[in-house]
Amino acid sequence: MSVEIKNLSHTYSEGSPFEFKALKDVNITIEDGSFIGIIGHTGSGKSTLIQHLNGLLTPTSGSVLVDGKDIFDAKKAELIALRHHIGLVFQYPEHQLFEETVQKDVAFGPKNQGLSEEEIDQRVKQSIKMVGLDFDAIKDKSPFELSGGQMRRVAIAGVLAMEPSVLILDEPTAGLDPRGREEILAQIKSLHNQKKITVILVSHSMEDIGKMVEKILVMNEGEVVFFDTPNRVFTEITTLESIGLAVPEVTYLMRRLKEKYPEIREDIFTVEAAKNEILKVIRG
Amino acid sequence: MLKDVTIGQYYPTGSVIHKLDPRTKILFTTAFVVMLFFLNNLWGYLATFVILATITLLSKIPVGYIIRGIKGLVLIIMLTVVLNLFMTPGTVVATLGPLTVTLEGLKVATYMALRLIFLVVGTSIMTLTTSPIDLTDGMEWCMRFIPFVRRYAHELAMMMSIALRFIPTLMEETERIMKAQKARGANFETGNIISRAKNLIPILIPLFISAFRRADELATAMEARCYRGGENRTRMKQLAFEFRDGTSLVLMVVMIVGLYLTTMIQIPLLFPV
Repeated sequence: MSVEIKNLSHTYSEGSPFEFKALKDVNITIEDGSFIGIIGHTGSGKSTLIQHLNGLLTPTSGSVLVDGKDIFDAKKAELIALRHHIGLVFQYPEHQLFEETVQKDVAFGPKNQGLSEEEIDQRVKQSIKMVGLDFDAIKDKSPFELSGGQMRRVAIAGVLAMEPSVLILDEPTAGLDPRGREEILAQIKSLHNQKKITVILVSHSMEDIGKMVEKILVMNEGEVVFFDTPNRVFTEITTLESIGLAVPEVTYLMRRLKEKYPEIREDIFTVEAAKNEILKVIRG
Repeated sequence: MLKDVTIGQYYPTGSVIHKLDPRTKILFTTAFVVMLFFLNNLWGYLATFVILATITLLSKIPVGYIIRGIKGLVLIIMLTVVLNLFMTPGTVVATLGPLTVTLEGLKVATYMALRLIFLVVGTSIMTLTTSPIDLTDGMEWCMRFIPFVRRYAHELAMMMSIALRFIPTLMEETERIMKAQKARGANFETGNIISRAKNLIPILIPLFISAFRRADELATAMEARCYRGGENRTRMKQLAFEFRDGTSLVLMVVMIVGLYLTTMIQIPLLFPV
């Protein structure tokens, strides 16, 4: 599914003293099957933007086109059906768990889609496996007796079980330990590769985003600053720093190296690429 | 829907009403609420309306904002009106099948509806114009004069301020959880009452859990900062009774006495006394 955002603006509490312009005239197109990263400072409008993509928030002005159709023209029932195709994993998704067992909780989404029992069972099993948990060991446990990282995975599985064609994740790794973070990101990446679904990943971490996505959307105060490939975005160090962001550590390293070795490339943002580049320069 | 709940919210505009001492406002609101139940003719309600309208204008809070607060109570008001309209015995003025509308019923229903509306508007003006901290400081002071309660005045005030403080937080949380479940295909907008009630479970359970978690965290945080209740505790901001508070207190006494005097008016307005 392609998603097109046109002149999208959103104002919270319009007309009250708490009025806040969260989005200002956002225009972007997300192609089918792409992997997009959204990055920006706290309060830059990232979360507001993604909540428009499945119609949880209604824009103050502008529109969102999914496969060419304006989702806000649709009837309520159509909007609910749309949410089956556009999966949104909120920040701290473990706070949404409510069922007695993990299996039942993951089945909540597919059940709402009105699938058959066998289909639900199969999807639950598959999505729990997809997030790296042992289905048989965990299915009858209460979600509340799991560890924080496991709860997070169960919650993500709950959205995956709906088999969305667009998957949006709002800081899926916030508050996890480094290993948990690596694992969840790797699973998201492999999901994207296997199923060719569109993934939109909101994150604070340039490192995470840099090595995974095809295009980065940089937001600041409700406006789009950049929407480009990581290579190009990470060369705009001054602009990024002026809006409170930074480039990956390794890019800073490459920049320092360039002062000594002018022939080295600085548009590098993964350790792996840095290693190759340094070796290349050393070996001349 | 949730944004319509204005009770307990604070709406800063910096008006005269906002600057008044919370104690004056609490005392006046209490007297006002008691007075509402003494009123026995429409003159009194007319006077109440004038008083509330003046205060609202002075407070600079948009009228629409206050009206939104009543919206949430429409159901209760309707229910009261309907019950009183048909259940009060007296002179019949109209029949509707097995139901009869009496003149007395009409009167009681009107009074009850007005009473409820003024009650909500009056009390919400107090909370809208008083920050939660001022409000509880004022409450604490007032409770000192109630025997038995005075010993726990500080604890009760603290509980109240925490409760008030968490109303918007829990609302936000509810909305967040609701959105998260909607994103998983939950449907809260259509269906009959039973399926709608069932649909609340995915919201209520996470909400309860988060409320307990927050309470736990808050208790730990307070203990970590050595909180130990009322005894010997001093405050950063002392309540100070200023000239404008004295003036307003006099005005308020005049208003309350005025309201009381309306009960003695013998000339009927709309309804026979």
